[in-house]
Amino acid sequence: MKRKLIAVLVGAALASAPLAPAFAQAGKAAAGAPKLTDGVVRIGVLTDMSGLYSDLGGAGSVLAAKMAIDDFKAAEKGKAFPIDLVSADHQNKADVGAQKAREWYDTQGVDMVTDVLNSAVALAVAKLTAEKKRILIDTGAASTRLTNEDCSPYTVHYVYDTYSLANGTGNAIVKGGGKTWFFLTADYAFGHSLESDTSNVVKASGGQVLGAVRHPLNASDFSSFLLQAQASKAQVVGLANAGGDTINAIKAANEFGLTKTQSLAGLLVFITDIHSLGLQIAQGMMLTDGWYWDQNDESRKFGKRYFEQLKKMPSMNQAGVYSAVTTYLKAVQAAGTDNSDAVMAQMKKMKINDMFTRNGYIRADGRMVHDMYLMQVKKPADSKYPWDYFTVKATIPAEEAFLPLAKSQCALVKK
Amino acid sequence: MAIFGVPLQAMFGQLLLGLVNGSFYAMLSLGLAVIFGLLNIINFTHGAVYMMGAYAAYILMTVLGIGYWPALVLAPLAVGIFGMVIERTMLRWLYKLDHLYGFLLTFGLTLVLEGLFRSVYGVSGQPYPVPDLLRGATDVGFMTLPNYRAWIVVASLSVCLITWYVIERTKLGAYLRAGTENPQLVQAFGINVPLMVTLTYGFGVALAAFAGVLAAPVIQVNPLMGSNLIIVVFAVVVIGGMGSILGSILTGLGLGIVEGLTKVYYPEASSTVVFVIMAIVLMVRPAGLFGREK
Repeated sequence: MKRKLIAVLVGAALASAPLAPAFAQAGKAAAGAPKLTDGVVRIGVLTDMSGLYSDLGGAGSVLAAKMAIDDFKAAEKGKAFPIDLVSADHQNKADVGAQKAREWYDTQGVDMVTDVLNSAVALAVAKLTAEKKRILIDTGAASTRLTNEDCSPYTVHYVYDTYSLANGTGNAIVKGGGKTWFFLTADYAFGHSLESDTSNVVKASGGQVLGAVRHPLNASDFSSFLLQAQASKAQVVGLANAGGDTINAIKAANEFGLTKTQSLAGLLVFITDIHSLGLQIAQGMMLTDGWYWDQNDESRKFGKRYFEQLKKMPSMNQAGVYSAVTTYLKAVQAAGTDNSDAVMAQMKKMKINDMFTRNGYIRADGRMVHDMYLMQVKKPADSKYPWDYFTVKATIPAEEAFLPLAKSQCALVKK
Repeated sequence: MAIFGVPLQAMFGQLLLGLVNGSFYAMLSLGLAVIFGLLNIINFTHGAVYMMGAYAAYILMTVLGIGYWPALVLAPLAVGIFGMVIERTMLRWLYKLDHLYGFLLTFGLTLVLEGLFRSVYGVSGQPYPVPDLLRGATDVGFMTLPNYRAWIVVASLSVCLITWYVIERTKLGAYLRAGTENPQLVQAFGINVPLMVTLTYGFGVALAAFAGVLAAPVIQVNPLMGSNLIIVVFAVVVIGGMGSILGSILTGLGLGIVEGLTKVYYPEASSTVVFVIMAIVLMVRPAGLFGREK
């Protein structure tokens, strides 16, 4: 009896809770302010808070989102509509991520979800987001499927994807004379797709793929695989893996003297990885990045503000979260509503100009198109201050950086 | 000349690398075997203390400016003392209970320790350089062997053999073994058994920390480095026979080599081959290759 009573009370409290702020806000909504469904725009940062990708996203992404909201409010001089930020750990599990997103959409009135690194989680959340007609702006996942075969009118893919990484690094290295390739590939979907994307680019630019070895995920010792790469006599060893696997492979490549005769191409390397390796070991490596804190005055300013809080520089994903949240808020302001269809239409009309990119735009398939950068890791002697790690070797123009719409399998692309 | 399509030279190279990894397995499983054999505790914190060894070396270097060689002694010492505190304050209450309780406590401790290091240092890992003396590589005919890898084999095999000798062939080792068989009787002879047990646990933990310091220059120093290894090491202990000291050393080396060969012929299976062997061994000899049936 008592338990039943409590259940009823809790139920009543929950049912009335969302109404309270709505009433409170209804009074405040003045002319010109956007019409918001529950009086507030709620943004969710869904990321890996403690696992292997937490340095790329995690607390840094939450901070970036918070900075974006604060900056937006400051720019509106206190007249901005109410904005709320929530965050959660998806633990790199697709079911956990989808469950959390469902809870956010169903009970907490979240309008937009961002970060969502890890392709498996991203694909699950994208599907759910389309079902619930909210918005996903994914900054962290690598799979091209998000805007290709699994594209959705409610998904934006913001920072990078396997195509742009393979294209940038592969193309540049083949043109620079690295004609023969051997791959060290993480043996799961991500590694395979990175390898095949890069192989295609290498072959298309006139290079040759001599072979590949598939290693298990989290293989701590890479010496054996590197010996096989060495025996292949390929000029370039492409690392189609990520995180700890890439770091351990590079460490071992140095130790076994592979870097004296062959060069390494990191296909998914973040600045945090370089920081963890140290320039002594990482120097000379080529990689593709969507954003670098030291690329211009605006990015430096953002990087330094971020650094003050977390004592490290942001990755392209974290910078992407800042830009994505800013773009979304501007679109809500311009559309005058938080209705997903209207905001999406608005975002696809806008040019994105901020510290992340110049003249970026979102295509019909949801791909945010912007310049990518081919980087080379500096020699220790050339690094003048902390986190001074990259030289920009080339800018890959937005139009060339991503999968051309003509080749897209996305149903939203009119042909 | 080639063996199943792999040139003989490359084969030698792979065997040697297998031996290097095998030395890590041997050293870690030795610590587990000593602790299980003498304390009857399934020490799941072993991976975490291995990680702590590597971090201790990193902290010594970055905070105190102490290099690799002193760290090789200081880090295991510090982590060993930490282990003894754990034994004194927590583990000793569990000796009389079922194995499961010790297992649960140490597993929980592992999660806490990894979580602490993760929240302080993040997951990307820290750089740790190879000591100057061991930089470079030597051409051994069939491959270029980095000097540091050769040192790993030498260091870990020496430590393993000394441990085996002390436990199996000296008076101190005899006390230890007797103390676990019948603590009351040994205590009656005037030997402080609880102290001996504490020191043994500290030693087992220090062995893992030593392996951690050895590993720091070659693999990424990160909070999860132990959990990637610990499951394999447990498989090694099970295959060798729980508590068998020589068994764990030989099995560790052997499995390192088997794993090395798998990486050549069928790399996709290299992370599972150890468990396949474990399943087969358990079916044929449930007590492990070197274990005695009770």
